[in-house]
Amino acid sequence: MKKYSKIFFAIFVLFFVSSSAFGLSDAFKKNVYDPGQLKPIDSKLIVKVGEKAPDFTLPSLSGEKISLSQFEGKKNVVISFVPAAWTPVCSDQWPGYNLAKVIFEKNGAVLLGITVDNIPTLYAWTNQMGNLWFPVLSDFWPHGKVSGMFGVLRSDGVAERALFIIDKKGVLRYAHVSDINKRPDLKDLATELEKLNKN
Amino acid sequence: MKKTSIVSWVSIFLLLSIGLLSAGIAPPEEGGVLPEITLPAPEVPTHQNYLGITKNKKTFRIPEIKAEVVLIEIFSMYCPYCQKDAPVVNELYNKIAQDEKLKNKIKLIGIGAGNSPFEVDFFQKTYGVNFPLFPDAEFSIHKMLGEVRTPYFIGVKIKKDGTYSIFYSKRGAIENASKFLNLILSKAGY
Repeated sequence: MKKYSKIFFAIFVLFFVSSSAFGLSDAFKKNVYDPGQLKPIDSKLIVKVGEKAPDFTLPSLSGEKISLSQFEGKKNVVISFVPAAWTPVCSDQWPGYNLAKVIFEKNGAVLLGITVDNIPTLYAWTNQMGNLWFPVLSDFWPHGKVSGMFGVLRSDGVAERALFIIDKKGVLRYAHVSDINKRPDLKDLATELEKLNKN
Repeated sequence: MKKTSIVSWVSIFLLLSIGLLSAGIAPPEEGGVLPEITLPAPEVPTHQNYLGITKNKKTFRIPEIKAEVVLIEIFSMYCPYCQKDAPVVNELYNKIAQDEKLKNKIKLIGIGAGNSPFEVDFFQKTYGVNFPLFPDAEFSIHKMLGEVRTPYFIGVKIKKDGTYSIFYSKRGAIENASKFLNLILSKAGY
């Protein structure tokens, strides 16, 4: 009977988690691909809070190359890794950050959005979000190199849904890898950014 | 019947059930009845007065709102179209609020699909929304409404005997507040 209980369990899981309610903005019409429920986290963080974050340089949508170190001494940096363009949760997350610009600004922070997609894909996808105020960077080639440096590259080659806060000294102050299937609450990020000013 | 065949039949039944249920609950239909939605009573006194929900109530249902017509917007602070349409929805609210004949008859509420209380509050403050918005962090109401795309507007008419029905149900931004209000008035029978 043990093997049948596994079948029932699989059916139960499929029943309750089969549909995604994210990425439902009419802005994306029916262009969002639903990969279904994925393993919540599929990598192991390499970076540690309190230590210097690894520097990197990546191409951005504007054509400019952006390095983490260029913000040292000037701005706090929030890095938002999202798994993939044209997928449900990711298509929601950055439009929310676009609206929440004031939360970043009042805490002296810039936001860098990163996926492992290539520039043309990111261009077409982010065009559906309106005018994003923050740079979008492509970790496409060498594939997932920067995601790997932070320890957020999944075994299928996409990044985790992860947020990092790096202070003006280049030190990692917050690292959070979310369940890939869910969007992190904006409240948590806002709370962590406010902590930067208190310390 | 052997144990194996019982298990097989039960599995087939469950899979068929999944097939039917994953096809989803249909979006609300005009002329149909709104699913039973229970919302938390607003904490803000102006919102309590607006909806006619007394502060000693913990929750309320849509037909308890003191109005003849309730317009429900399903939105998300993460939805670019909802963001773009927010000033137009505010204009609609203002047009109704400034019209002596309409202000007590038509009330607006918003339900933030997948939005936490913080996120709904952020949307409300960012756009200066004066009507009550409610979080639906776990998409539970959104699922009852057929997981509609956002923004989505549902018009509910409440009769004096407390019965209520949907007279408007449509996806998409309203874009023009005057035209939308005229459409709602016409469909609601005013």
